Amino acid sequence: MNIRISNGRLIDPANGVDGVQDLFIAAGKVVALGRAPDGFSAERNIDAGGLVVCPGLIDLAARLREPGFEYRATLESEMDAAMAGGVTSLAIPPDTDPALDEPGLVEMLCHRAKKLNRAHVYPVGALTVGLKGERLSEMAELVESGCVAFSQANVPIVDNTVLMRAMQYAATFGFRVWLQPLAPFLSRGGFAHDGEVATRLGLPGIPVAAETVALFTYLQLARMTGSRLHITRLSSAEGLGLIEQAREQGMDVTCDVSINHLHLSDMDIGYFNSNCHLVPPLRSQRDRDALSAGLVEGRINALCSDHTPVDDDGKLAPFSESEPGATGLELLLPLTLKWAYDTGMPLAQALARVTSDAAQIVGITKAGHLAVGARADICVFEPDTYRQVTRQDLRSQGKNSPFLGLELPGVVRYTLVEGKVMYGG
Amino acid sequence: MRNPQLDKNGELQHLLTLDGLPRDILTTILDTASPFTEVAEREVKKLPLLRGKSIFNLFFENSTRTRTTFEIAAKRLSADVVNLNVSTSSTAKGETLLDTVDNLCAMQADMFVVRHAASGAPFLITEHLFANGRNDIHVINAGDGRHAHPTQGLLDMYTIRHFKEDFTRLTVAIIGDVLHSRVARSQISALTTLGVPEVRVIGPKTLLPTDVEKMGVRVFHDMKAGLKDVDVVMMLRLQNERMNGALLPTAQEFYKMWGLTAEKLALAKPDAIVMHPGPMNRGVEIDSAVADGAQAVILPQVTFGIAVRMAVMSMLAS
Repeated sequence: MNIRISNGRLIDPANGVDGVQDLFIAAGKVVALGRAPDGFSAERNIDAGGLVVCPGLIDLAARLREPGFEYRATLESEMDAAMAGGVTSLAIPPDTDPALDEPGLVEMLCHRAKKLNRAHVYPVGALTVGLKGERLSEMAELVESGCVAFSQANVPIVDNTVLMRAMQYAATFGFRVWLQPLAPFLSRGGFAHDGEVATRLGLPGIPVAAETVALFTYLQLARMTGSRLHITRLSSAEGLGLIEQAREQGMDVTCDVSINHLHLSDMDIGYFNSNCHLVPPLRSQRDRDALSAGLVEGRINALCSDHTPVDDDGKLAPFSESEPGATGLELLLPLTLKWAYDTGMPLAQALARVTSDAAQIVGITKAGHLAVGARADICVFEPDTYRQVTRQDLRSQGKNSPFLGLELPGVVRYTLVEGKVMYGG
Repeated sequence: MRNPQLDKNGELQHLLTLDGLPRDILTTILDTASPFTEVAEREVKKLPLLRGKSIFNLFFENSTRTRTTFEIAAKRLSADVVNLNVSTSSTAKGETLLDTVDNLCAMQADMFVVRHAASGAPFLITEHLFANGRNDIHVINAGDGRHAHPTQGLLDMYTIRHFKEDFTRLTVAIIGDVLHSRVARSQISALTTLGVPEVRVIGPKTLLPTDVEKMGVRVFHDMKAGLKDVDVVMMLRLQNERMNGALLPTAQEFYKMWGLTAEKLALAKPDAIVMHPGPMNRGVEIDSAVADGAQAVILPQVTFGIAVRMAVMSMLAS
């Protein structure tokens, strides 16, 4: 279908575009900006007056909970959430049950997702079989099946020799390794940032050293093995400092932060709010401010939702016995906007962190931007409308959000995937 | 944020923690407890204040002493008391904490006395009751994880007030395993709220929580320096499982460095009192000569504990 999106404020961070222009779509691709190509006749016109038109968002960590955790969420429910959130590409962590360690499993996931015909999925394969940290997974075959990188999700490898071998093997093919910095013994038995709040509430703490010790190990091993390292969901100022040190020494390492760690701190736990039980834990306000500044300056490369739907029973338990994680797909855009408005950074630059910058980390070239020929994955939203986050409005099967009750900016009006309107209108 | 233990008029609805509780409520509880101490000395040790009320002792973690004192307090107020050791019954069958609570609500409970191994568990229960509109049911925290043990903190304050009267002239030292202690957290909250100018914590770095000084205490590692001129010495229990391993080398070394002996106690003020929440490990955190000595007020603590629990129960029910 030929679609014209007219009168919108077109923001394409990758190409430095920010202004009112029309966008023309045909055969699932962007065919022109500004003026219609010769002979183009729109079968549908979307009037985007007063709205922002940008590339569909790319989320670096979205758990869809299939296979294995269908009682928490399904591909259908979470794909709906993605569409309602303007998110058109999802990197899927491997902590499903079974873990994404088998080519057949990954093919099945991709096939199921394709049939649903909504957001594009980019599975991140398990670095080791069953995420157990013992045997390497069939990385080459997993990539053939569709994996874009390898990770351990939130399950750290205990044996550093296995980690080194896994990084070496991945480096053999130039595969990307995404690691969550969490030292296994230093984080064991802890549930909150080891600081004033955990002390007051009597919650066993996880020290910042759990992140920095792991980071130091990962950075050393990446340097030694030459693997392409991406650090996921940074939580501390010290952690960011270590990454910058490594960069100063010439290392090419990227990192991301979640919407939760960008906006919240351990103070938000309040009276044991289990929706603030997250991995890694929410750290101090000082850490949060450092992460925000790092993201503004691009020292942190991308922002992700770390979408983790948990069923109500999993959260209706004492803090330390509750399931960690927060739903986030539908809040990625609003919290990107809130962050932009709070810090005063230009909207285009803020949107880069969830579009073009994220695309680079996944290795997506045909989306995350709006150049002619790009896949027409597009998000059209009202930038200045505020809406309260409520359980009823969340499409995700997980209603577990630390942001419930808050007024957040940004309402998605249309989501297009490969030139088809999949949400709105 | 709604304060989970006060109702909309600022009155005590539940007793979950002493942290953040206004000073006048703490003082009112202590004042209310005072006449109840006399009830125990009467021929008939009963008052009709909670007649017809059902109180459930809901213990998800084993305890004999605390449960018994709550039971005695409730019975002296003429309440009907049901003891449930949930650690050995329903949860073993897979029932969740809130399922258990719902079942007891259906049995017309008026009050829950809750002990749980996880910090914050009583807050989950009060949130659940609030969400279900059951504001008529009251919850007393009888100890949750490392977080709080408010009635213990209150009985300790009662004891201090009994022997020392004016909180605002005291130096108080809390000694031992503060990290794992819900008692210590409640004591610190109460002491700082009641205006004690100097609260000290003394112990090895492995047993003091991170940033504990932000709770308003002075940190000492040297027991002798920490005990200098204190008016009140509050010992903490050292659990068996902490004694050998990565937290402490041995119980013997702990005793040598942080055990309360007559020699160390001599550094405190001559009229200093010695307290312990019980049960004591003699020869580990406290020497028998001190535990049984003239300065110890450990048994009065137990007696006052019943009066304080009667006070809390009667205030919640009124």
